[in-house]
Amino acid sequence: MAVLLIAEHNNKELRPFTLNAATAASQIDSDVHAVIIGQNSSTAVKQLSELPVVKKVLSVEATHYENFTAENYSPVIVKLAENYSHIVCSANTFGKNLMPRIAAHLDTSQVSDIIKVISPDTFLRPIYAGNAFATIKSNDVKKCVTIRPTSFDPCESTGGSAPIEKVEASEEFSNTKFIKREEIKSDRPELGTARIVVSGGRGMQSGDNFKLITEIADKLGAAIGASRAAVDAGYISNDHQVGQTGKVVVPDLYIAIGISGAIQHLAGMKESKIIVAINKDGEAPIFSVADYGLEADLFEALPQFMEELNKLNTIQK
Amino acid sequence: MKILVAVKRVIDYNVQIRVKEDGTGIVTDNVKMSTNPPDDNAIEEAVKIKETGKATEVVAITVGEEKAQETVRKALAVGADRGIHVKVDGILEPLAVSKILQKIVDKEKPDLVFMGKQAIDDDCNQTGQMLSALLNWPQATFASKIDVKDNKLEVTREIDEGLETIEINTPAIVTCDLRLNEPRYASLPNIMKAKKKPIEEIAASELGVDASPRLEQLKVEEPPKRKAGIKVANVAELVQKLKNEAKVI
Repeated sequence: MAVLLIAEHNNKELRPFTLNAATAASQIDSDVHAVIIGQNSSTAVKQLSELPVVKKVLSVEATHYENFTAENYSPVIVKLAENYSHIVCSANTFGKNLMPRIAAHLDTSQVSDIIKVISPDTFLRPIYAGNAFATIKSNDVKKCVTIRPTSFDPCESTGGSAPIEKVEASEEFSNTKFIKREEIKSDRPELGTARIVVSGGRGMQSGDNFKLITEIADKLGAAIGASRAAVDAGYISNDHQVGQTGKVVVPDLYIAIGISGAIQHLAGMKESKIIVAINKDGEAPIFSVADYGLEADLFEALPQFMEELNKLNTIQK
Repeated sequence: MKILVAVKRVIDYNVQIRVKEDGTGIVTDNVKMSTNPPDDNAIEEAVKIKETGKATEVVAITVGEEKAQETVRKALAVGADRGIHVKVDGILEPLAVSKILQKIVDKEKPDLVFMGKQAIDDDCNQTGQMLSALLNWPQATFASKIDVKDNKLEVTREIDEGLETIEINTPAIVTCDLRLNEPRYASLPNIMKAKKKPIEEIAASELGVDASPRLEQLKVEEPPKRKAGIKVANVAELVQKLKNEAKVI
């Protein structure tokens, strides 16, 4: 039986991690169908049909799907699940909120946040904040799997032309009402997919001081991250948090500034290709995962860093 | 209004865990255990709501082995009124826990069920959502702010893009983020008082739930270790290394 991928989108376009989830789905079975549930989402539906790994698109539209609530999404997917062996989506806040609701209806023990497909029923997933990897085999008839997006490359986004089939909407769930979404708009790359991430921790001492990081991030074309300590202290908003309960990032370059490196933070960044740590405490655990460590006062080091970057003739973007 | 709060006993968040040499799991003998951190936030929020007069009773529940009861006792010490311990040995998956909680909800009829958004041991992030599916109740996951209004809650949720606000009718499930509040410490007198508060013990078998695991854990291993890096002397050297050695900028 085929695999059903749940597309994440904002009604205007696909959200980028849909492409990573599509790759994971195609590693489970080459017959991938994708369901997209929304309102006035025709552009996103078209984008989905153009992914070469997707063989068929199921489109569901109704006003009560406009805000992607799990309570409205799950009945449609549970009904469609009849024809599929696996249901797959990203383990970001969208998928984490939604998939267990589907799994419980299907009486399936969900496999969360996989980082590798070993076989169609066996998966590798991190546990204990990534301090151990567990190999898990699912014997349930229907398998509900969420995938860690940064562990799978995005699939090709053009060249496909999957047929689009309309699916009837389910009834509205009236006990949950969407009120508002406050998205933080930024011209910088998205944290989850950026090639370079510059992150600040408690050592930044104030929200104002984050401008030292902003400046460097702009120069490098980088996204801005933060430790939980920095978010809790109110230096920066929650959507920047990297770690066990925040976002997991795997950039080519991760620069940790004034971050001590608690295991909960390392869980979110230690798979990065190159890690730089700048910290005045030479014993800070962040240095144990850093390729390049600089023991220095960040308030002296960051202006110098900016100066050195300005001296370079070219900077990769 | 009655609030049921689910708490889980896990390896303390400060402990550097060790993988068993035979690959069957994680070493838990002689390791410090605590309440799952966001479950502490769930208890704190329930107690705060009771203190404002909007809730009449806070019941703490845990599902697990004998020693799991410590987490309920701790919840009682910070303000929960009574406890429930559903005893089950061995590996418990979120699906089984949510089925057990469903039975308890049927019996206790709470207006709200709170719990942490994720347990820091298995990192599954499933139980709250599964319970709300089984009950067909609304769910507010990753909550960082809760306003109680009559038979409704307005909840701010932490999502990847920023913040989302929803309104849910009770009865409902809320899973709590670490930023929801600052959990209080138990005072010594309250720890003593908590010893007198009742904890009802129930065997999972009495509830008619099959709690046996559905997934096979074939192997647990250490993740690949990162090679030790180097310390650079100054910023200029760092930038040179990034440009010419790592070739990332």
